[in-house]
Amino acid sequence: MSATSDERIEAALGQDATAREARDGMATYIVPRAAAHDALSRLKGAGFESVTLVTAIDRMPREPRFEVYWQLLSLQHKLRVRVVAEVPEDDAHVASVVDLWPGAGYGERECFDMFGIEFDGGSNQRLLMPDGYDHFPLRKDFPHQGIEPDRLYREWERERRSEAGKS
Amino acid sequence: MSETQIFEYKSGLDPEQLDADDPLHGELMRLNIGPQHPATHGVLRLKVTLDGETLESCEPVVGYLHRGKEKSCESLGWRKFFPHTDRLDYVQPFLNNVAYALALEKLAGIQVPQRAQEIRVLLMELSRISAHLIYLGTTAIDLGAITMFFFTFTEREKIYTLLDAYSGHRMNNTYVRMGGLYADLESDLVAEIRVWVDSFPEKLDEFDSMLTANRIWHDRNAGVGALTKEEALAWSLTGPNLRASGVEWDLRKDMPYSGYEDYDFDVPVGTTGDSFDRYLVRMEEMRQSVRLCRQALDRLEKSTGSDWLLDDRRYVLPPRGRTHESMEELIFQFKVVTDMSLPKGEAYHAVESSKGELGFFVASDGTSDPLRCHIRAPGLMNVQAIPLLAKGRLLSDLMAIIGGLDFVMGEVDR
Amino acid sequence: MGSLTPVGSADSQAGFFATQADALINWGRKNSLWPMPLGLSCCGIELMAMIGPKFDIARFGAEAARFSPRQCDVLIVAGTLTWKMAEACRTIYDQMPDPKWVIAMGVCSSSGGMYDSYAVTQGVDMILPVDVYVPGCPPRPDAVIDALMKLQKKIERESPTGRLAQGVLEGGDEGTGAFSMPPNQAVTTHRIGTYVAPGDMTPGDGSEDQSS
Repeated sequence: MSATSDERIEAALGQDATAREARDGMATYIVPRAAAHDALSRLKGAGFESVTLVTAIDRMPREPRFEVYWQLLSLQHKLRVRVVAEVPEDDAHVASVVDLWPGAGYGERECFDMFGIEFDGGSNQRLLMPDGYDHFPLRKDFPHQGIEPDRLYREWERERRSEAGKS
Repeated sequence: MSETQIFEYKSGLDPEQLDADDPLHGELMRLNIGPQHPATHGVLRLKVTLDGETLESCEPVVGYLHRGKEKSCESLGWRKFFPHTDRLDYVQPFLNNVAYALALEKLAGIQVPQRAQEIRVLLMELSRISAHLIYLGTTAIDLGAITMFFFTFTEREKIYTLLDAYSGHRMNNTYVRMGGLYADLESDLVAEIRVWVDSFPEKLDEFDSMLTANRIWHDRNAGVGALTKEEALAWSLTGPNLRASGVEWDLRKDMPYSGYEDYDFDVPVGTTGDSFDRYLVRMEEMRQSVRLCRQALDRLEKSTGSDWLLDDRRYVLPPRGRTHESMEELIFQFKVVTDMSLPKGEAYHAVESSKGELGFFVASDGTSDPLRCHIRAPGLMNVQAIPLLAKGRLLSDLMAIIGGLDFVMGEVDR
Repeated sequence: MGSLTPVGSADSQAGFFATQADALINWGRKNSLWPMPLGLSCCGIELMAMIGPKFDIARFGAEAARFSPRQCDVLIVAGTLTWKMAEACRTIYDQMPDPKWVIAMGVCSSSGGMYDSYAVTQGVDMILPVDVYVPGCPPRPDAVIDALMKLQKKIERESPTGRLAQGVLEGGDEGTGAFSMPPNQAVTTHRIGTYVAPGDMTPGDGSEDQSS
């Protein structure tokens, strides 16, 4: 996990990316949102076979509010790289990388589920919360205890009771 | 009288051929499996479309055990999140604890004393064995070998007894802290663990003789759910599932932590990447874990009496007795408990858990409230691969695939 | 309540007993509790350990774990119940035939435990009536066996014939969830509280219990 700035990464990322210091010494680069997909696909060409995680950080009240993180792993170079793109709240979407690594699919779905960030070309379905849930739990303005956590169950329960009453 | 039909059992039947004889061929049926089903290893739900007995598609639905752990970390603070990590992959609490502690230590920039690392390695390897025993017992029970469940649980009970002696609870121990551990491992317990470690390889041989050459076990696993190297990598699989596909990648070897670089062990690698290879890889991993346990025990015997907790009052609580004697220590304790803050920045640390790469991505804004704690769950990636492996297989193969991929829902849903 | 008293002298070869119907039914019920192991999370592992060789609940007649609710008597909710899972859990409870009992195993299913979060129910008694609560995270198998014995004691005090006389079993409403009285009403000394959802004045579970 050494090699803070490997030439290979720099060459693949090109001019768009700016390096950022990380506490764990992992190579971290900020790329513009529109260039993220291209940058990641060049990184795939440079030998990053696997995507470790796709997630986001909500930096409310800072604007742009969200940061989307992709963390890639290269087995041949024994190297990890982190790519960050900033995403504003009112236009929260980035390009999906499912076409490059199908394994990123669940990470993107979770990111959409928890933060409401849409991935263009991804499935944008709920992953962990039930369908029909209307909040994004990991946003900083969402309370830990939730807002009406039992709404969907109570709706189902009412339906069940009325059906049982009919028969 | 109609003629008696004789069905011959042939191994490796072509599903296409089977379908051609099937009168219901072409008529799709939707089947719901779970979320309460004994073979889904927890609360996984599978939406399956069947053509005859062949799986046309299989869509996993997860989230039935989503407990909001990442949000809990943000509202609880770094220290109080430790007990929550146990309950991620609840068959291997120590591995989860250590992964989280290592991520925090990386963010704080502190190093753990040598003896604490040795205890951690010992407990991690014990956890790995007990997690693989759960895999073995539950997968075997799903495929019809009910005896294995009782055999593996007998051994697991022995590990639980040892952990109980160390921590006072059978599972979910929460004995890892930032900078070390909650308590030292006493030398008589080290001796007891050695007795069990020495007795275990014999049991492994017994399991081996029961399953490896077993015709039913072999035929139900071999060729089922095969993955190539490239597929396994593209689908983000890690751990035994990746190694079964022939990729020699083990974080303990390739990105060592906790002093694993000083231990002598081998990384088993499969060839075909099917469920049977996954089984073989896990069996061999248990043997290697026994080797690692022995080495850790040797080191522990030598290092008796040395430090097992870092003396850093920013992150580590003072020893209990001292707070009653010293005002400074009392203040330190108060500070650590109420607002322990980590330096601003982000860090990622991954350990080789029994399911694959278990990573914690932690980000701090410099205050005592965590900014983000993302858990990179290997189990989620294993669940993600189910549709890929299941397509075109028979419904009964699904149990071998789920069992072979090995995941625990607490970690998948978090 | 009555017990199985031998009739005649001790060395009698007659081989029959005189007893109350209630005592006989309860004796049968309490010694053949078939559990429905709803292993949701960590507690599920301890539940497996309980069925396993060391703790062996076969000693209490409760080893016949059936994964179909239609064959079970006692629902053991082992682990964290999330709101997403609640529908499935309630459906399982409704599908179990009367008489049925519930053990809430672990703090999560008893009270929500350490998960005071947006996704977790604060105890299964929010959605179904519970007979025995077992604290612990997870409880040791001995604690769950103790809960099972407590449940057996509770069953001993029940009056099945009394319930029959009240016509519960004639309604034939098992499985629909529209039971007209709580399963153990014949003996319960305490009532399951009514849970009213925030902002929702429609009474939740237990409304019928209060009226009957």
